[in-house]
Amino acid sequence: MAEGASGVDKLRSRIGVEWEPRTYQIESEMVRRFARAVGDANPLWQDGIIAPPTFILAIGFEEFVEDVLSLVSFGTVLMGGTELECYQTIRPGDVITAIFKISNLRERQGEMGKMAFMTFDSTYKNQRQELVAKCRQMVIGY
Amino acid sequence: MTQQLYYEDVIVGGEITPLVKQPTTRQLVMWAGAVGDYLPIHYDKDFAQSRGLSGVIVHGQLVGAFLGQLITDWIGEQGRVRKLSCNYKGMNYPGEALTCKGKVTKKYVEDEHHYVECSLWAENSKGDKTASGKAIVILPSRG
Repeated sequence: MAEGASGVDKLRSRIGVEWEPRTYQIESEMVRRFARAVGDANPLWQDGIIAPPTFILAIGFEEFVEDVLSLVSFGTVLMGGTELECYQTIRPGDVITAIFKISNLRERQGEMGKMAFMTFDSTYKNQRQELVAKCRQMVIGY
Repeated sequence: MTQQLYYEDVIVGGEITPLVKQPTTRQLVMWAGAVGDYLPIHYDKDFAQSRGLSGVIVHGQLVGAFLGQLITDWIGEQGRVRKLSCNYKGMNYPGEALTCKGKVTKKYVEDEHHYVECSLWAENSKGDKTASGKAIVILPSRG
């Protein structure tokens, strides 16, 4: 990949800028499908009563990553880390609004060429405007 | 459902019952569908190798979700996860067993809540820690 060709500057100009909020209607089948994918038989999620804390990972993140990948020509991204803070339990029927932003970006030379180390921060509120969760994801693009 | 864990039952230094996972390529497909992550490094071996990986890899966040299950299995229905963090330090490959483990590092009462902090990690079959993290949970108290 030629220097600068990854379009990382386009991302850099967006550091600290919040993306448009996106709203997600949580259905019990989404929660069950998530729990089945994890292989987690806990009846609290399998019966669609509440969502597990990590269900936050299924809300909006991949759409945001697709937006980021539409701005730069990374071959792929790898997850470096996840930090989740949970304030309210998510239940089927909730309407969750997620807001994402890039809060940090630095580049480093790696084995596969330039690698971008990015920090994505997101907040989630429910239909009562209660803060449900905050999430920070460390993502490596190369 | 496992028996409810209470704050008074927790011993600092005590271990959390390990959780063994056997992620398969099928499970990676299920996870991809559940969260919408269709990056080809998780299903296309040739593509994964073109990005310097030795094959398709387990989604880091799925390993994070395994650590989440380790914790929610342990704290029971009345426990609440307040914080959960995970650093993905090494690659995990489908077909390899992954054992999730944890240890209690701290317990304290603050603002009338009973907090327990734990360190968490996932080990592959060679014993390498491919992910490590931390959880802060709130447990019920026998009062």
